[in-house]
Amino acid sequence: MRYSGFRVFTQGLGGNKGWTPAWRRPDPKPDYDIVIIGGGGHGLSTAYYLARNHGLRNIAVLEKGYLGGGNVGRNTTIVRANYFLPGNSEFYSHSLKLWEGLERELNYNVMHSQRGLINLFHSDGQRDAFARRGNAMLAQGDDAVLLDRDGVRRMVPYLDFEQTRFPIYGGLYHPRGGTARHDAVAWGYARGADRLGVDLIQNCEVTGIDIQNGRVTGVQTTRGAIRARKVAMVVAGRSGQVAAMAGMRLPVESHILQAFVTEGLKPVIDHVISFGMGHFYISQSDKGGLVFGGDLDFYASYAARGNLPMVEHVMEAGMTLMPMIGRARLLRSWGGIMDMSPDGSPIIDTTHVDGLYVNTGWNYGGFKAVPASGWCLAHLMATGTPHPVAARFRLDRFRTGRGLMDEEGTGAQHNLH
Amino acid sequence: MTQTHRIPGKGLLIDRARPVRFTFDGVEVQGFHGDTLASALLANGQRMIARSFKYHRPRGVMTAGSEDPSALVEVLEGSQQTPNVRATTQEIHEGLTARSQNRIGSLRHDLLAVNDWLAPFFSAGFYYKTFMWPRAFWERLYEPAIRRAAGLGSLSGHHDVAVYEKAWAHCDLLVIGAGPAGLMAALTAARAGAEVILADEDVRMGGRLLSDQPAVGGLSGPDWAARTVAELAAMPNVRLMTRTTVTGAYDDGTFGALERVGLHVPAPGDLPRECFWRIVARRAILAAGALERPIAHPDNDRPGVMLASGLVSHVAKWGVNPGRVVIFSNNDSGLATARHLTAQGIEIAAYVDPRAIPVTEDFPVYAQATVTGTRGRHGLRDVAVTHAGGTSMIPARTLALAGGWNPTLHLTCHMNGRPVWEESLAAFVPKPGMVPGLSVAGAARGRFSTAACLADGVEVAGEVLRDLSLRPKKTPVPEAEDAPYAIAPLWAVDAGGRAWLDFANDVTTKDVRLAAQEGYASVEHMKRYTTQGMAPDQGKSSNVAALAVLAEATGQGIPATGTTTYRPPFVPVSIGALGAGGRAEGFAPQRLLTSDAKSRAMGAPMIEAGLWYRPSYFPRAGENDWRTACDREVAQVREAVGTCDVSTLGKIDVQGRDAARFLDFVYTNTMSTLKPGRVRYGLMLREDGFVMDDGTCARLAEDHFLVTTTTAAAGLVMRHMDFVHQAFCADWDVRLISVTEAWAQFALAGPKSRAVLASLGIRADLPFMGCTHIDLGGVRARLFRISFSGEEGYEIAVPTRYGASLFEALLSAVHAEGGCAYGMEALNVLRIEKGFITHAEIHGRVTADDVGLGRMVSAKKDCIGKAAAHRPGLTEPGREQLVGLMPVNQGETLSAGAHLYNERDLATRENNQGYVTSVAPSPTLGCWLGLGFVKDGRSRMGQVIRLDDGLRGHKVLVEICDPVFFDPEGGRMRG
Amino acid sequence: MRIPCPCCGSRDRREFTYYGASVFLDRPAEDAGLEAWDAYLHLRDNPAGVTRDLWYHDPCQSWIEVERDTVTHAILSTAPVARRRA
Ligand SMILES: Cc1cc2nc3c(=O)[nH]c(=O)nc-3n(C[C@H](O)[C@H](O)[C@H](O)COP(=O)(O)OP(=O)(O)OC[C@H]3O[C@@H](n4cnc5c(N)ncnc54)[C@H](O)[C@@H]3O)c2cc1C
Ligand SMILES: [Zn+2]
Repeated sequence: MRYSGFRVFTQGLGGNKGWTPAWRRPDPKPDYDIVIIGGGGHGLSTAYYLARNHGLRNIAVLEKGYLGGGNVGRNTTIVRANYFLPGNSEFYSHSLKLWEGLERELNYNVMHSQRGLINLFHSDGQRDAFARRGNAMLAQGDDAVLLDRDGVRRMVPYLDFEQTRFPIYGGLYHPRGGTARHDAVAWGYARGADRLGVDLIQNCEVTGIDIQNGRVTGVQTTRGAIRARKVAMVVAGRSGQVAAMAGMRLPVESHILQAFVTEGLKPVIDHVISFGMGHFYISQSDKGGLVFGGDLDFYASYAARGNLPMVEHVMEAGMTLMPMIGRARLLRSWGGIMDMSPDGSPIIDTTHVDGLYVNTGWNYGGFKAVPASGWCLAHLMATGTPHPVAARFRLDRFRTGRGLMDEEGTGAQHNLH
Repeated sequence: MTQTHRIPGKGLLIDRARPVRFTFDGVEVQGFHGDTLASALLANGQRMIARSFKYHRPRGVMTAGSEDPSALVEVLEGSQQTPNVRATTQEIHEGLTARSQNRIGSLRHDLLAVNDWLAPFFSAGFYYKTFMWPRAFWERLYEPAIRRAAGLGSLSGHHDVAVYEKAWAHCDLLVIGAGPAGLMAALTAARAGAEVILADEDVRMGGRLLSDQPAVGGLSGPDWAARTVAELAAMPNVRLMTRTTVTGAYDDGTFGALERVGLHVPAPGDLPRECFWRIVARRAILAAGALERPIAHPDNDRPGVMLASGLVSHVAKWGVNPGRVVIFSNNDSGLATARHLTAQGIEIAAYVDPRAIPVTEDFPVYAQATVTGTRGRHGLRDVAVTHAGGTSMIPARTLALAGGWNPTLHLTCHMNGRPVWEESLAAFVPKPGMVPGLSVAGAARGRFSTAACLADGVEVAGEVLRDLSLRPKKTPVPEAEDAPYAIAPLWAVDAGGRAWLDFANDVTTKDVRLAAQEGYASVEHMKRYTTQGMAPDQGKSSNVAALAVLAEATGQGIPATGTTTYRPPFVPVSIGALGAGGRAEGFAPQRLLTSDAKSRAMGAPMIEAGLWYRPSYFPRAGENDWRTACDREVAQVREAVGTCDVSTLGKIDVQGRDAARFLDFVYTNTMSTLKPGRVRYGLMLREDGFVMDDGTCARLAEDHFLVTTTTAAAGLVMRHMDFVHQAFCADWDVRLISVTEAWAQFALAGPKSRAVLASLGIRADLPFMGCTHIDLGGVRARLFRISFSGEEGYEIAVPTRYGASLFEALLSAVHAEGGCAYGMEALNVLRIEKGFITHAEIHGRVTADDVGLGRMVSAKKDCIGKAAAHRPGLTEPGREQLVGLMPVNQGETLSAGAHLYNERDLATRENNQGYVTSVAPSPTLGCWLGLGFVKDGRSRMGQVIRLDDGLRGHKVLVEICDPVFFDPEGGRMRG
Repeated sequence: MRIPCPCCGSRDRREFTYYGASVFLDRPAEDAGLEAWDAYLHLRDNPAGVTRDLWYHDPCQSWIEVERDTVTHAILSTAPVARRRA
C-alpha cells in the first residue's frame, strides 16, 4: 500500500480501517540464498538494497527481538558527513546523498531534517583541526562553513558566550547535517524490503553458524536451522558473540553509550550543536524533547544502561554550554551497546569463511551510515568486490596498519574513539 | 475566586489561618498554605488547567502526585520560567505565577483545538505516511509547523542562574517511600541499630495513610504515621528526607534522588531550588506503594475525570469538594472509596461496576454496568452509564476512575529486570533480585491491605537486617484493616468514540489497535508507533492498560505480550539539578600557575591549555593586537632574553635502581646511557606504534630521573608509565610519582639568558643539555639547560610556593637585560621557526618516522610500540611526512588546517597531497612559516605546492622545505 | 558503580580510569609477528558475561585487574596488576 497525504485523508474518512500491515510476519523457510543476521538499521538496509539494486529475492533477515530494537532505535539520530580521513569521507558523503532521497525511495517519511550541525571549538588549536576537517569536507564535495564567535552567536545566541572556562571561539557549520527519526528509518527499510519479497523474521535468534569445508552453509536459530549460501553478520554491539559462532575474534569491544531526552518543549534549539570540550551534543526532536548525549561510560558492557557519573557529566556540560536548559527536565535515559573498533571506523568485509560477511565497528556513529552501509554490503555480497566508497573498511587493516582511519587520533584503545 | 469548593473542617495539609495568593493565567487566586497548585485551583472551582498534547483537549487534575499525566503548567517568569510543572506537586507560595501551556490564544479558546476535529487524520503514525512531497517542504514548511504544534511548555531562553546542589549520602539501609510498609521497615531497621535513610516524595510522611485514613493501632492513619515519624526523627541513626524522590537505581547500591529544597519557598535566597543526591546504600527497600490506573472509556479525559485515589487525596489532604461524584470501578478498592467518601458527606451520584456485585449500599449502585461516555466541553457535566436497563445520563461534577492498582515497581526495572504478571491482581509485580540489594515491601510488591503492608515492612526489614548482620528487635505489627482485594480486569469500554489510554500523549485505544493492525504488534513497536508511554509521565497510568488492549488485539495475552522497560529517572529531573556545579567556570577544574596573578596584572589575555590557563602575550602600551606584541616578544627573545612560565608541562619523578632500564623501555631512545647531570630529548610511542608524546628526560642522579611530558598528555603519560611498570616489570626497582604541581618552572631564552642567571646569582657553567641542583637564595632549586626556542635557554625549577616570587625576580632581571616575558603566541612562533613539534603535529596518527624522528627508535632494544611500529602500513612509502612550508611570495599568509595540492590539481580528496598543521608569522625571517605533512615530503624538498584553504577562500603557493627554518645547525642554542 | 580497590576499598567509579581487556597484560615478544600483535592490540573475546579488564585507580595509582560481568555489572573480584610480577 502506497503512503501519501491523500491516502491519510481517505483512510481518515473511512475510520482508518483500511490500513494494511507494514510488513508480513512470515515463518522462516528452510532455505534462503542469503541470510542477514540482525534486523537493525544496517541489516534491514542491506536486505533492501540486495533486492532493490541487485534483483535478489530469496533473502531473510533474522532478528532475535523485534525489528529496530537495537541501536537503530536508541540513538540520538544525528546524520552528518563531516569526516576528514579518506575512507570515511567518501563513505559518509555517499550515505548523506542517499539520505537526501530516502523518503521518496522508501515511500516512508523518515523525517530527515537537514537543520544544520555546528561543532564548536574553544582554542586556536581546535580551530586549526576543524579547519582541516572542513577543507576535507569541501574536497569531498560536501558543505562546510567556518564560523567565528560572532557567527556562532548569530545562529545560537542562547549559548553562554560569557563562560570563560572553555570560551567559544567559533564553530564548524555543516548545513546539510541534521537528524532523522530513528524508528522510521528501521521501519521504512523493513517495509521496503518486505515489499521486495524479503522475509523479515522476528524473535529468531541465531545461535550457531554452520560451516563446511570453509564455506558457510546456514545458521542455527531459536526457530530452527536455516540453510543459506551467503550469511552476513550485521549485529552491531553483538558482533563479538555472533562472530565467535564462526570461530572468529573481531577487533571489537562492546561499550555502553547513554542517551537522554527531556520532556516536550516548544521549539528552542533549531540546530544540532556539538560541544567537544564537554563531550556533549544536543538537538530537539520534532516532538519537542531535547535529545542529547555525551561520551561512552567507558567500560565494556552489554547492559544497555549506564551509570550516574556520565549522566551527571553530560548534564554539567549542558549547563556550561547552554544554561537555559537548566529548567528542562530529563525524562528518560537509556543506553545502547556500541561496537567499538580500534580506530573508531567501521568494517564491511568478507571473512576467512567463504560466503560469510561481516559488518561491524560502527562505534557511536552508525545511524547516519545506515543507507550507505546497506548499499555497500549488498554490493559486496552480490558482486564479490567491495564498493568503491567502502573499499577501505577492511578487517585486516589493524594487522597490517594499512589505511587506518583514526579520526580521534587516540590509537588502538577501543573505548577512546 | 473564593475557595468555593472547600469542605469545611477538612484538609490535613492546609493551614486555613495562612491564606496564600498566587496567579493562574493572570488571574489572582487564593489558596491556603499547604495547598498545591492543583488543590488550590480545584478548591476555587477551576477544573480545566491544561490542553492536551496532540488534540488540545481540555484537561484537568487526575491524581494527587507526581505521576499526573495531564496537569502540567508553566510557573514563574523571566529566567525563572519553568515549564511542565506538575500542578499536583507544586506547592503554592506568595508570589507564585502559573500559566497554562501548549495553547494558542487563551486556555478556553485555544486555536489548536481544531486538531481535535482533525483527529481522524491524525491517527497513530500518520506523519510517517505523508509530508514527503515536495522534498524541500519538509524543512521549510511541514517540520516547522509540526514543531510549533508539538512540545508542551517553553523554556525562557535565558540562562538559568538559579542555585542547584549535589550531595552524597551513605547508609546501611535506604527505605524508599514512607507509607505503612516503609515506615514499619524503617522503624524495624532503626531500632536494630542500622543507619537508615527514609526518603519520601511527599511533603509529609505517611503515604496512603494520610489520604485513606484507615485506623492503625487504634489511632487514625495520619496520627499513627505522625507518631511513628516522630519516633524515627528522634533516633540519631535515622535521616528523614521528605520532598525527596528516589529517581534511579544504579550499580552497587548507588541511588539517585531529587530533593525539592526551595521550590515551595517564596524567596529561596541561598537555598538551592533542588538538590540531587547520590545515596550509597548497603541495602535498600522499595516501599513506594502502588499507583491507581484509569479505565479507557469514551471521552474519559475531560476536566473533572480523576482517579479515585486522586480524588480521595484531594478531599483528605486539602479539603477539596468534588461536587456530585460518579465512581467507575472494577475492583473492591473502588467500592471502598465510594463508601469512604459517602461517610464523609460527599454525594456519590452513582457507583458503576462491570461486576455483578450486590446493590446494598447507601448510594446508587449500577452493577454489570459501564461508563460509555461523558459530556461537558470545558469540564465534566454528565456521565453516560450503560446498564441492563439502557443508558442513563447522570449529572456529575467529578468522575472517579478506579481501574485497579499497579505496584510502583519502576526502580526495580532500572537494571533491565522484567516484572511478572500476577493474574489475581491483574498487575505486574516485581521478581526478587531484579536490582541486587533492593528488596520490595508492601503495595509495591502487591500487598494491598494496610495490615499486609505494615506486616510486610517488618518482615522485609528483618530479612535485610540479617544480611547486614544486625539482629532485628521484636517490632509488633499494629492492627489495621485487612480487606481482600478482588478485581475483574476491565481495560477499555468499547462504545464508539475515542477512549484515552495515555492522556499525556493523547493515545487512544484506536491508536493501539491501529498499530496492531499495521503490524507494529510487539509492545515496543506499539509504544514507538503510537508514542504511548513516552510523555512526561512515562506511561505510569497507561502502560498496563495499553499493553492489555494490544494483547487483546493480537490475541496473545498479557504475559506473552510483555511490558516495555522502565528507565530512569522515576520522575523527570531538572538538568539544572543533575548538572549542578557545571555552570560557567564550574565545569572543569581551573589550574592556575604561580605566575597567574602577575600575568593577569600585566594585562595578558589567558588561554586554556590542559585545564591550565597560560598567558597568550604580554601587551605593552600602544600594542593593540596580539601580532604586535608577539612580534616584539619574539624579537626580544632572539636579540636579548625572555622568560616564560612552563610549569604546565607534566613532570614525573622516576627513581630506583632500575629507573634507567625502565625508561629505556618506555622511550624509543636510550636513556640508560645518559650521564647524571645531563638531559636528553625523548620520544614515547603508544603500543600501537604511533607517537604518544615527547619531552625531556633529566638524569639528576644515578638512580633518579625527572621526565617531562607535554601539558595535555601529563595525566595520560603518568597512567601509561604506571601501567608499563605494574604490568610488565613490577619486579624492577623503580618508583614513579607525578611532581607537576610540586615545581614551578620558568624558561629563560635568548642570548642574554646567561646574564640574567648571573644577576640572580646563579653560576651558569652548564653545558647544553645539562642539569644541576642549585641554591637560589637558600632555596634548593634545579637548573636545566634546554631550549624550545632555538636560543641559549635554561629552565629554573623551584618548589611551587616560591614560584610567584621567582617570576617577579625573573621579570626584573630580564627587563634589566632588555628582555621581556613572553606568552604562548611567541612560544609558538619560536618553536615553529625551529621546527619543533607539538600535539598539532603529534596528533595521534603519526609515526616517529613521519615526524622525522625515525632515528630515535633504537634498534638495539625493545620498547613500547616498537613492534607495532614495524607494521607494513606504518613503514611503507607514501606516508605523509613532516615538512616546512614557506610562501613563494614572501608577503603571503599561510593558514593552518589548509590542504595541499599539486599546483594545477583540483582540490578534491583524490588529489590531496597533505595538510598544514601549524603556521606562524616569523618576524625573524620576515614571512609566514608553516609546518605540515606532505606525501613522501622529505623527498620533495624545493617543490612548489598549492596551499588551498577552501573554507576561508585562501590559496597560496608554498615551497616545501626543511622544517627547521632558523639556525639549522643549532649554534645559537649550544651557545 | 563502585569498585573495590585492593588498596583503598570500595570507591565510586569516577575515581577510576578504564583501559580495556586484561589481554593487555600478555605483551608478545618484539618479534612475535603481525598475528600475535594484532591479537594483542585489537582482537577481543568481548564476552557477554564474565570478563577481566583493567582499571586504574587514579588516587593511589594502582592498576587493577577486575573480574566482572559485562551483562549485570556485578564485580566478582579485583587484584592489583603488579602482584602478577612482584
Ligand atoms: C545512545 C546512542 C546514540 C547514538 N547516536 C548516534 C548518532 O547520533 N548518529 C549516528 O550516526 N549514530 C549514532 N549511534 C550509533 C548507531 O545507532 C549504531 O551505530 C547503529 O544503529 C548500529 O547499526 P544497526 O542499526 O544495524 O544496529 P542494531 O540496531 O543494534 O542492530 C543489530 C541487531 O542485531 C540483532 N541481533 C544481535 N544478535 C543477534 C543474533 N544472534 N541473532 C539475530 N539477531 C541478532 C539485535 O537484536 C539488533 O536488532 C548511537 C548509538 C547509541 C546507542
Ligand atoms: Zn586505590
